[in-house]
Amino acid sequence: MGMKKFISLVGKENRHILRDRWTMAILLIMPVVQILLFGFAISTKIRNIRVEIITEKRSEALNRFVSKLDANDYFIFKGYLNESSDIDSEFRKDKADMILHIKGNLDNMSGDPLQNIEVIADASNPSMAASEQLYSLKLIRSFFDRGMKKAGKKGGIHVKFLYNPQLDSAYNFVPGIMGLILMMICAMMTSISIVKEKETGTMELLLVSPTTPLNLILAKMVPYFMISCINLATIMLLSVYLLGVPVSGSLIWLCVVSVLYIFLALAIGLLVSTVMDSQLSAMLLSVAGLILPTILLSGMVFPIENSPAILQWLSCLVPARWYISAVRKLMIEGLSVRFAIMEISVLAGMALVVVSISLKNFKNRLA
Amino acid sequence: MEQRVIEAEHIVKKFGNFAAVDDISFYVEKGEIFGFLGANGAGKTTAMRMFCGLSRPSSGKGMVAGLDIWSASEKIKSRIGYMSQKFSLYSDLTVGENIRLFGGIYGLDEERMKKSGDMLLKKLDMYGEKDVLVKSLPLGWKQKLAFSVSVIHDPEIVFLDEPTGGVDPVARRQFWELIYEAAGRGITVFVTTHYMDEAEYCDRVSIMVAGKIVALDTPANLKKSYGVNAMNDVFTIIARNAGRNE
Repeated sequence: MGMKKFISLVGKENRHILRDRWTMAILLIMPVVQILLFGFAISTKIRNIRVEIITEKRSEALNRFVSKLDANDYFIFKGYLNESSDIDSEFRKDKADMILHIKGNLDNMSGDPLQNIEVIADASNPSMAASEQLYSLKLIRSFFDRGMKKAGKKGGIHVKFLYNPQLDSAYNFVPGIMGLILMMICAMMTSISIVKEKETGTMELLLVSPTTPLNLILAKMVPYFMISCINLATIMLLSVYLLGVPVSGSLIWLCVVSVLYIFLALAIGLLVSTVMDSQLSAMLLSVAGLILPTILLSGMVFPIENSPAILQWLSCLVPARWYISAVRKLMIEGLSVRFAIMEISVLAGMALVVVSISLKNFKNRLA
Repeated sequence: MEQRVIEAEHIVKKFGNFAAVDDISFYVEKGEIFGFLGANGAGKTTAMRMFCGLSRPSSGKGMVAGLDIWSASEKIKSRIGYMSQKFSLYSDLTVGENIRLFGGIYGLDEERMKKSGDMLLKKLDMYGEKDVLVKSLPLGWKQKLAFSVSVIHDPEIVFLDEPTGGVDPVARRQFWELIYEAAGRGITVFVTTHYMDEAEYCDRVSIMVAGKIVALDTPANLKKSYGVNAMNDVFTIIARNAGRNE
């Protein structure tokens, strides 16, 4: 009997959502759009760095170096400059992003070649300059490595990027988008759909009926839970097959952590709905209190490690921070689940606290 | 003696220091149409919510459908029907879906759901509108449908909170025909209203002022004791007296 009532309620919630075609479409398409946006439009990866080279003498080795540079995806060789050229004006006229100053003859270079090469980059965009410098050092390094080994010399510092050898920003934002989308759909949509019933007065109708509040809430959560699972699958498929971000760790544990996070987000939505009385205020609270912190404090866009201490403390309250960190470990770094125990316990603890507070709140409102 | 289906003894509901319902006692008999009158803010809705299990009294005793409102409020819920002041169906569901939803949450089995649903649609002459979204129906139809859905599980009592707000007199008249029909089936009707012409249709009425019941009798007796010809005049006199006492 109880089950039948529950199924009636779930059916009703499904119809509400299915009938609102536009909202439904937005919910399903949003992750696709975000992945495409972050994956292709807002890429922090730099390509086509325009390089000019200052040199005294064009040697055979330099020719080989230039052709290797030009063949590389990241660089475009724009031409040679003289020692006397005005470097400043090259940047100001936007002819180059980076200039390499090669001192001496590359053919018979004594000592570490890096000591004879100066990398000059336009640092008006510091993160771009830093990336340009990293890429070029790596290229120079690998070019000279073979020759140096032959000569029995050791080079300077080796730079090696683990887990994400291409320095592909997709590795960073895929976990972020998962954290953001799931929070948005679960928390915001559940809270709005419960508050909507308060606004229209239909909530009273359900409360005077013999259904229990728990049934009522669970029925509200079922459809959003399903949509979230679809979104999760969409994001993962797109990131694996379109962006080439692999699931290096255990897929099962990744799903377990995601389901835990979805559950927590649904509970937060319920909590919001017990505090707010109108759809507008529920939405504002969700955006200001959940979505913004998810974007700003979760490490999705800005590294938390660089924030002031107080923000770092605050970020510990943001569920997405823990979720994103767990996804990074399980999906990108391919670590085993025991390295994510901290994150999982925090998420589980949060879920427990939020569920008990919101259920208590929900019942209290009846008195 | 008639069977009493609602009994209230010294019920009080306080919000802070303010007593929204201030020590009311009354009873309603089975099959009666009981009008619960009062101006806006007199405490009608607050009192009604306590009988429906939507809130608990601060003090006092009460029985609904033979069950104690303190200890058995969950059981009471399956024996009553409720239609609220605000419009109370899902506007983005069809007529048929609304019937099935409320049939479902009140635990009707498949066979009974079909039978009651068909009967309901026939009675309202809405068979053709079964697959129409409720939001596209005229208000009068919606209210008749909402009432019929609220008694689909044959409750012992149905609570109606200002059910006819905003509709024209003809639609109100039709609505009251449905109420009489339900009362004829033995369903007790507890209705709040501030339309005084509707008060005339009730078997007995109580009038609430500032949280207290100041008058309770049949419409005929009330008119006689106040020496007037219409319930509207009874109400005016009571309201004037209340104003003078403050």
